[in-house]
Amino acid sequence: METFDLLKKLSEAPGPTGDERGIAAVVEEVWRPFVDQVIADRVGSLVGIKRGIGPDDRPRPSVLLAAHQDELGLMVTRIVEYQGSGFLRVINLGGVDRRQLMGQTAVVHGVRPLTGVLGTLPDAYLPPKKRGQSITWDELILDVGLPADQLRDLVSVGDFVTFRQSLRRLQNGRVTGKALDNRASLAAVTICLEQLQERRHSWDVIAVATAQEEETFLGAYTSAYSRRPDAAIVIDVSHAKGPGANDSDLAELGGGPILDIGVNVHPGLYKALCEAAGSIEMSIQTGVHGRASGTDAYAIQITGGGIPTGLVSIPLRYMHTMVETADLNDIERVGRLLAETIARMDDDFLPGIRDELMRPRNGEESNQAKD
Amino acid sequence: MGMNDLLKQLTEVAGVSGDENDVRRLIRDLIVDHVDEWSVDTMGNLLATRRGTGQYDLRVLVDAHMDEVGLIVTDIDSSGMLSFVSIGGFDDRALLGKIVRVGPNGVVGVIGARAVHLLKAGEMSKVVRQDAMRIDIGARSKESAGGKVKVGDRAAFVTEYEELEGGRAAIGKAFDNRAGCAALIELLRGERYPFDIIAAFSVQEEVGLRGARVASAGVRPDVALVLECTPAYDQPKEGDVSSNVVMGKGVSVYVMDAGTIQDPRLVAHVMATADAHGIPYQVRQPGGGGTNTGAIQRAGAGIPAATLAVPGRYAHTPSLMISLDDYENMIRLADAVLRGLTPDTLRRE
Repeated sequence: METFDLLKKLSEAPGPTGDERGIAAVVEEVWRPFVDQVIADRVGSLVGIKRGIGPDDRPRPSVLLAAHQDELGLMVTRIVEYQGSGFLRVINLGGVDRRQLMGQTAVVHGVRPLTGVLGTLPDAYLPPKKRGQSITWDELILDVGLPADQLRDLVSVGDFVTFRQSLRRLQNGRVTGKALDNRASLAAVTICLEQLQERRHSWDVIAVATAQEEETFLGAYTSAYSRRPDAAIVIDVSHAKGPGANDSDLAELGGGPILDIGVNVHPGLYKALCEAAGSIEMSIQTGVHGRASGTDAYAIQITGGGIPTGLVSIPLRYMHTMVETADLNDIERVGRLLAETIARMDDDFLPGIRDELMRPRNGEESNQAKD
Repeated sequence: MGMNDLLKQLTEVAGVSGDENDVRRLIRDLIVDHVDEWSVDTMGNLLATRRGTGQYDLRVLVDAHMDEVGLIVTDIDSSGMLSFVSIGGFDDRALLGKIVRVGPNGVVGVIGARAVHLLKAGEMSKVVRQDAMRIDIGARSKESAGGKVKVGDRAAFVTEYEELEGGRAAIGKAFDNRAGCAALIELLRGERYPFDIIAAFSVQEEVGLRGARVASAGVRPDVALVLECTPAYDQPKEGDVSSNVVMGKGVSVYVMDAGTIQDPRLVAHVMATADAHGIPYQVRQPGGGGTNTGAIQRAGAGIPAATLAVPGRYAHTPSLMISLDDYENMIRLADAVLRGLTPDTLRRE
């Protein structure tokens, strides 16, 4: 499938954090041709397993690829009546940029899906203390154009709300739409699985579309626990330079995969990803995080007895808006890099990354423990 | 019942003030078989005459502005990002994160700013002003952007027309004032009136009623009727501020706004007509705002004028909402008002 068509399918599917059924169905459809087994787990993650050709005499090692499938959303908090009309008050699921919501359309998943407009009063009609500021949840309404009595029959407090946006092409192979955080990464994992059809790989690949990353990393903790992989690579998005955001530490859109260094990343996995990129002469960018990466790597790294984890990110502009913008080239390159990295994983891989933790600094004596 | 194709076509076409080409050509195609003559004046107003039966010697202007609020590109920077200012009143709070089509080729762009994660404490509550926003068409440089768009190009919002389930509400962009344009087209397609109707699909209402002023001075009608979409602020709010109009509660009849006191003889005729035909209407709460009536009334030697409007929620954002009942009632009321109009309507007691 063309990358644009694949991403369009993934991006437009509903899957607010906490109810990923819509997107999980799409992920299952696009992964099924490329994997040996599909498992919908008990908390909403979707798992696709592609077996490697490694040794038969002992359990094959496995690498878990985690890309979260949930997206930002809203939830109904109140139904308000005004002059006979019904309006919904809502609250955010995940870090929604509420400054962007006015004039946006959304769907409330009540008894049946209802489309509405997110709006508010003109500034001058707001109470004086609220004027001149960005909208807060107190002022925002979702209006599906129904009288209050009909609305109460169709919608309940606690119903999920998803945003609506078609994926559209911009110039130069760039695309814009909703939920590219993190459907861009799901597209990259899909491309990786497709490329692995043509490659020999000895490790098992456990691709996981994780649930509820945006709030709690639920799917990352639980899928890593159940699958007990030997290594993990998390794929997510990272800020790219753009209007009002030209900080020198942000990535370039179209500049290639971002390989992260930081506390959530095992240096051995970082090195393996760098070497794989080098072997196919792929240009990469370096990302750095301090206390927490804000990705599934934060959770997977400390699951069970600890899992060596790497982090690959796709550059993204306008994160957490309905016009998230990515470069198809970056997505394809991440897919190719993952496939290359996996194809290179052999029996020496795990000892190799363990040694990486004991590697002497330049000029220092080797102090490596003997077996 | 099928979707209202006229509203769909009219709301989805671009026509930001001063660059109404696309909507003008669309309307010309939609009316050409129903009018006796049409012309475009120097401002770009599309004027069309539908001859009457000749019963009354009246020239009646029916105006609906066809321009919409939008953006205009002011600069292209070295990274290919477009600066812009808004054309017509636009709420800065509604710009971020929206998709636009730029220029005659409709190049897709998005309005972006610094991501929420990268904000400093306190910045979240600030409104991002348009001078801090850019339109991103995916260009890599000034040169690559320049091949696709240019300074001065208009940018219009992209919202698909949609009739909502379960009720009579529809959403789309530019109901202000494509709802009025659609209603006027329906009138032109109906039975002939006892007098000549001159339809003015006017330009540049959103930047100061500029088209209608020229159109009405040129047409020199005896009386004018303006068809509009008026903002409805009928949402829950703190304290008891009565709403100006309520969506779904009938045609909005103007009495007074920031630019006019409507002709009382016409207002009385409108209300009597609505009562006689059982057409729901509501008096728009007098106060601010304005329509082309403000320009028409004082054009030339002065033209008696009245305004009917469809209440539209979320005016001057990319997504408006109207009630199709209100829209259809506006067509019925405008039609009945015109058919009941005689020279006596305007007689001074």
